[in-house]
Amino acid sequence: MSVLVLAEHDNASLKDATLNAVTAAKALAGFAGGDVHVLVAGKGAQAAADAAAKIDGVAKVLLADDAAYGDALAENVAPLIAGLLAGYDALVAPATSRGKNIAPRVAALADVAQISEILSVEAADTFTRPIYAGNAIATVKSADAKKVITVRGTAFPKAAATGGSAAVEAVSGSGDAGLSSFKGAELTVSARPELTGAKIIVSGGRALGSGEAFTQYIDPLADKLGAAVGASRAAVDAGYVPNDYQVGQTGKIVAPELYVAIGISGAIQHLAGMKDSKVIVAINKDEEAPIFQVADYGLVGDLFTLVPELTSKL
Amino acid sequence: MKILVPVKRVVDANVKVRVKPDQSGVELANVKMSMNPFDEISVEEAVRLKEKGVATEVVVVSVGPAQAQETLRTALAMGADRGILVTTDGPTESLAVAKLLAKIVAEEAPGLVILGKQAIDDDANQTGQMLAALLGWGQGTFASKVEPTADTVSVTREIDGGLETVELKLPAVVTTDLRLNEPRYASLPNIMKAKAKPIANKTPADYGVDVTPRLTTLKVTEPPKRSAGIKVKTVDELIEKLKNSGVIA
Ligand SMILES: Cc1cc2nc3c(=O)[nH]c(=O)nc-3n(C[C@H](O)[C@H](O)[C@H](O)COP(=O)(O)OP(=O)(O)OC[C@H]3O[C@@H](n4cnc5c(N)ncnc54)[C@H](O)[C@@H]3O)c2cc1C
Repeated sequence: MSVLVLAEHDNASLKDATLNAVTAAKALAGFAGGDVHVLVAGKGAQAAADAAAKIDGVAKVLLADDAAYGDALAENVAPLIAGLLAGYDALVAPATSRGKNIAPRVAALADVAQISEILSVEAADTFTRPIYAGNAIATVKSADAKKVITVRGTAFPKAAATGGSAAVEAVSGSGDAGLSSFKGAELTVSARPELTGAKIIVSGGRALGSGEAFTQYIDPLADKLGAAVGASRAAVDAGYVPNDYQVGQTGKIVAPELYVAIGISGAIQHLAGMKDSKVIVAINKDEEAPIFQVADYGLVGDLFTLVPELTSKL
Repeated sequence: MKILVPVKRVVDANVKVRVKPDQSGVELANVKMSMNPFDEISVEEAVRLKEKGVATEVVVVSVGPAQAQETLRTALAMGADRGILVTTDGPTESLAVAKLLAKIVAEEAPGLVILGKQAIDDDANQTGQMLAALLGWGQGTFASKVEPTADTVSVTREIDGGLETVELKLPAVVTTDLRLNEPRYASLPNIMKAKAKPIANKTPADYGVDVTPRLTTLKVTEPPKRSAGIKVKTVDELIEKLKNSGVIA
């Protein structure tokens, strides 16, 4: 099977989510000894394409460089991919906000039922994926001739970013569909590691009570540990931290080496985003809190005294 | 402008679903069902746009079993004007739902279709994007702010790195995220009033759409269980455990 991977990038550099998607694509291509190609659609994206060409196991990189693709608008990128799909058996996209936005639009253009957020490739047409906030895992078999798939990053290891030497080939599509335009972005700037790639995550919940308390209690602990900062939906809804901090069923899915949940009760929807972490620590004053049912180490007590103590003793 | 809002009947968000012992699916008998939470946000947004005088009519549509009628009634009690129920037996995939919605859009000619970004049962996150593709419309997914003008809509989207804003030509498709609004509870008088609002009954055949699934679920299993660990008594004990397990130096 020949598989096309949609690269996640910011034109200048390739994002790690691409590497997880390549691993899934390799598993899929392996069923019939096909190639894995990577599509970099962007504007001034040569550097991202060059990085994609070095990924181990990638046979070719397609670079669609056009102002219309610079902001990854689905209306413009999806027809490009649907056109290219004629030469492939499958599209594999990372289940990032960008991949989730674009892939279903491609699937509909290609008249394919998409398989979202796969956890494993069981056969060329069979995959596992989480349903009901990860409380059940479905094994699904696709009858479509072509597959359109998004990949849950935490379920596939990263392909090696070096070792490959694929050729970069220019491709073009129909450009601007004239339906949408990009007006601007408010990106969260942080010196800390990115949530989905972090080895350690310190997350805070409603119990913090304010943005100031996040700064005063969560940030210093995160900095001591070299950790990323996450949050529950309640903390985001209350405006303590930006939306992109949310971990859970409808936020980010993470699986770090260490996840520290502070003042988070452990609702199903939160657990859905972090229960595959290697070691989970919970600090909560309620010893009955559901978070303790998944925590390796639980500490019962007031976060406002325990967290500063932990930070100072590390 | 007319607004179309598709709503789905799903297992309530507070229910902890259980996998059936024969692995054929999850237990749905005697389980509380509700409107998909993201769809409540969509209905709320449409009703607010009507209250502001931006929208003239809010039409809600559900594709599903006969009981999805109740889901439509909930939406009507929140302030939608009328409903369309497309009855199907068995699960209907996002692609088929999008095809049905595309036909309904052709009949109803709404200026906006507002859908939830995902349904909390299959967690697919596809229908809105697919509908936009089939219609050849712009899509503003994962919206936390929706501001329509006469011929465009500005949508602020929740993305991995923060927020971004796109402007779409109308008509367009919007999918809602959690922070767009806080849905209202229907008042008792409005629940009573909703009983008199019209719901049209349809089938996929009425729209000439083939809803045969493309995906077969071979089995549904429990995720790997995570066993509860231990409670530590002190911060020092916690640090010692973390050092021993090698996750901190
Ligand atoms: C459709 C839908 C999608 C959702 N998606 C997500 C999602 O992606 N991610 C997510 O997180 N949630 C999500 N939720 C929300 C989820 O159901 C919970 O409401 C939310 O996770 C609760 O956040 P919390 O644990 O911070 O708050 P709470 O449940 O209020 O818990 C606060 C905890 O802090 C503890 N506490 C209070 N004071 C102290 C103190 N001084 N010291 C120590 N502990 C203290 C309390 O004992 C309690 O356990 C979703 C819900 C729905 C309906």
